[in-house]
Amino acid sequence: MTNKTLSDLHPNQECKIHSIYGGRNVNKRLYELGLNKGAKVKVLKNDVGPIILSLSGNKLALGRGLADKISVV
Amino acid sequence: MDIIALVGNPNSGKTTLFNALTGANQHVGNWPGVTVEKKEGKLKFNDSFYNIVDLPGTYSLGAYSEDEIVARDFIIKGNPHVVINVVDATNIERNLYLTTQLLEMGTKVVIALNMMDEAKQKKIEINLDSLSNQLGVPIVATVASKRKGIDELIEKAVATINEDPPVNSISYGEELDKEIAEIKKLLLGSRDEKFKDWISIKVLEGDEEVIKHIQENNGLKERLIAIKDKAVDYELEIVNKRYEFVNKVIEKSIKKPDETLVTITDKIDKIVTNKYLGIPIFAIIMYVIFQLTFVIGEDLLGGIVEGWIESLGIMMSSFLYAINSPDLVTSFVIEGIVGGVGAVIVFIPLIMTLYFFLGILEDTGYMARAAYVMDGVMRALGLHGKTFISMIVGFGCNVPGVMATRTLENKKDRMIALLINPFMSCGARIPIYLVFIAAFFESKGGIVLFSLYALGILVALIMGKIFSKTLFKGESSHFIMELPPYRLPSMRNVLRNMWDKVWDFLKRAGTIIFAVVTLLWILSIFPLGVEPYSQESILGRIGTFIAPIFKPAGFGTWQASVSLFAGIAAKEAVVAVLGMVYAGGGEGAALVSAVQDVFTPLTAVSFLIMTLLYTPCAATIATVKQETKSYKWAAFITIYPFIIGWVLSIIVYQVGTLLGF
Ligand SMILES: Nc1nc2c(ncn2[C@@H]2O[C@H](COP(=O)(O)OP(=O)(O)OP(=O)(O)O)[C@@H](O)[C@H]2O)c(=O)[nH]1
Ligand SMILES: [Mg+2]
Repeated sequence: MTNKTLSDLHPNQECKIHSIYGGRNVNKRLYELGLNKGAKVKVLKNDVGPIILSLSGNKLALGRGLADKISVV
Repeated sequence: MDIIALVGNPNSGKTTLFNALTGANQHVGNWPGVTVEKKEGKLKFNDSFYNIVDLPGTYSLGAYSEDEIVARDFIIKGNPHVVINVVDATNIERNLYLTTQLLEMGTKVVIALNMMDEAKQKKIEINLDSLSNQLGVPIVATVASKRKGIDELIEKAVATINEDPPVNSISYGEELDKEIAEIKKLLLGSRDEKFKDWISIKVLEGDEEVIKHIQENNGLKERLIAIKDKAVDYELEIVNKRYEFVNKVIEKSIKKPDETLVTITDKIDKIVTNKYLGIPIFAIIMYVIFQLTFVIGEDLLGGIVEGWIESLGIMMSSFLYAINSPDLVTSFVIEGIVGGVGAVIVFIPLIMTLYFFLGILEDTGYMARAAYVMDGVMRALGLHGKTFISMIVGFGCNVPGVMATRTLENKKDRMIALLINPFMSCGARIPIYLVFIAAFFESKGGIVLFSLYALGILVALIMGKIFSKTLFKGESSHFIMELPPYRLPSMRNVLRNMWDKVWDFLKRAGTIIFAVVTLLWILSIFPLGVEPYSQESILGRIGTFIAPIFKPAGFGTWQASVSLFAGIAAKEAVVAVLGMVYAGGGEGAALVSAVQDVFTPLTAVSFLIMTLLYTPCAATIATVKQETKSYKWAAFITIYPFIIGWVLSIIVYQVGTLLGF
């Protein structure tokens, strides 16, 4: 287990998605976008506003509230 | 006629392809969620016609928002003979996820592997044969924006219509396979037997519509209750298994460079999404657009059309005079058509210029960033960041602006976005602004335009905040948005979008505006014998009846009242009517000097605020009705902006008078 979430990461840090605690619909939405367990992501921006990730080379902006609910390793 | 549907992730190039296939002029832009409606067009190939259907983009068939529901419904219920699955070659993993769902359905699929130019640039190596073999569907490499690969794609798509559907070779794991087999057994002999494979997967995936559909099947219902505890796990497991399949396919056929280089997109994003610079940059971009629009559209090109209309007016009147046409006909042609419709047409160059720049903005990829940087402000007001995209679209026209709210998943977010959209100043309101700018604020055109647009945004945001505290309480949904790479705007797209809007504007001038002008002209000459356009005419009396409402705002003349009233048919009508009643045959300069006589700078400002904010045009009201399916909201959107505009223009006029303006 891990307590680290996406919003704890610094720019350029890479990680793997561990699990998402966002509620049924949100979880599935994110899974379908490719943020499923084991997916490798890189944080590009994390200061104010939504977090920007790179997921297999493409940019995805995720609201902070959501990033808090994504635990990573 | 066989149906060919275009299906794919948002922003993968479906509409670009659609335009290339059908010769249509549908709106293309570099941000996810441009297309929110189903669009149809025809393609002729080998003497047969095919019906091509462009759909909104979707990441899955899960359908979370209105636009995705449109796509899903057509894929499932529209019975396309073949689906062209547009796949973004720079983002194959995620794009193929949707493909797996098409394979599960047993739809006949051809993949258009689009954006091959960008994939090459990113040094992504793709083995097309291996990809095609593993997926079991034909693949054609395309660059839709350069019309590459289109012919081969058509050929393959048409050939696929007569072939067997692909076989789904995804393995869902032992446990799920067993469940799938159970459910398939229960479907034997039912009306759904033909689709048993797909339905059993969908049921396990927790697809609400499919589950509703099979409610009458008692055995199946019991089975579902029996596995209820596992439902959530199954759901996510199916998604995982699809991705596992995709990854396996990709591993064997795609090579990506390890080190992702820092792209131009990254560099630009560093600046435009910066926490301090983001919003100022957005404001500067908008300001520059309005300033340029003004300089190019008005100062540089503005006189051209005006000159034409003027000489047309002179020609017409001397012609009518020469043939001794009755006074009434002459007055209709000169005052009604040249003065009224002409007053609107004069602004074509400016409208064109504005749409040109908005088109560039849309095609670069900045739109998604604008939504991103505004998310903080929006969230603080209880709104969703994506609302901002529908607001910028509303700058073009409120009808697509209201439609663009379809991409908001949550009902609350969507309703607020929809109700505040009319405060976005659309292109049709520009002629009004320009007449008054020319009359009173000649040297500050760009600033006045920008301020009006900014005021519109401000009022929209304040109303949004109020709505989120009153009518639509509750949480906003999360912000999830793809940020596409920046692209050099394609002139073809920009000019096409521009021409589309200008053509719309011209069409409206020739239909609605013409009709309004004709109607008002008739009202202005009756009862017969009165001086046309006098206060004694029916038109004058109607105006005089309304006028007292606007007295406290400083423009309580019957002419202004009638023009505002006519503006509800279409906003340009405000200027058309003013042109008709004040300027007679001489639009342009004559209208401007007439306006100078009747308004003061202060009443001009309060009138502009009213025209910016009051009741949206009939087309927008109708769209609100269509999108909310409710007369109540249609009535609401008719009345509340009127009150806001009215109150604000009164305040401005009264305070301004006190201050001695
Ligand atoms: N470089 C490149 N750009 C492309 C290609 N095809 C489309 N584009 C660009 O990609 C962007 C998106 O194109 P659209 O056709 O609007 O995409 P769409 O799939 O209809 O998008 P939605 O309607 O939002 O789902 C536009 O800026 C196009 O000019 C291509 O093959 N190569
Ligand atoms: Mg589209």
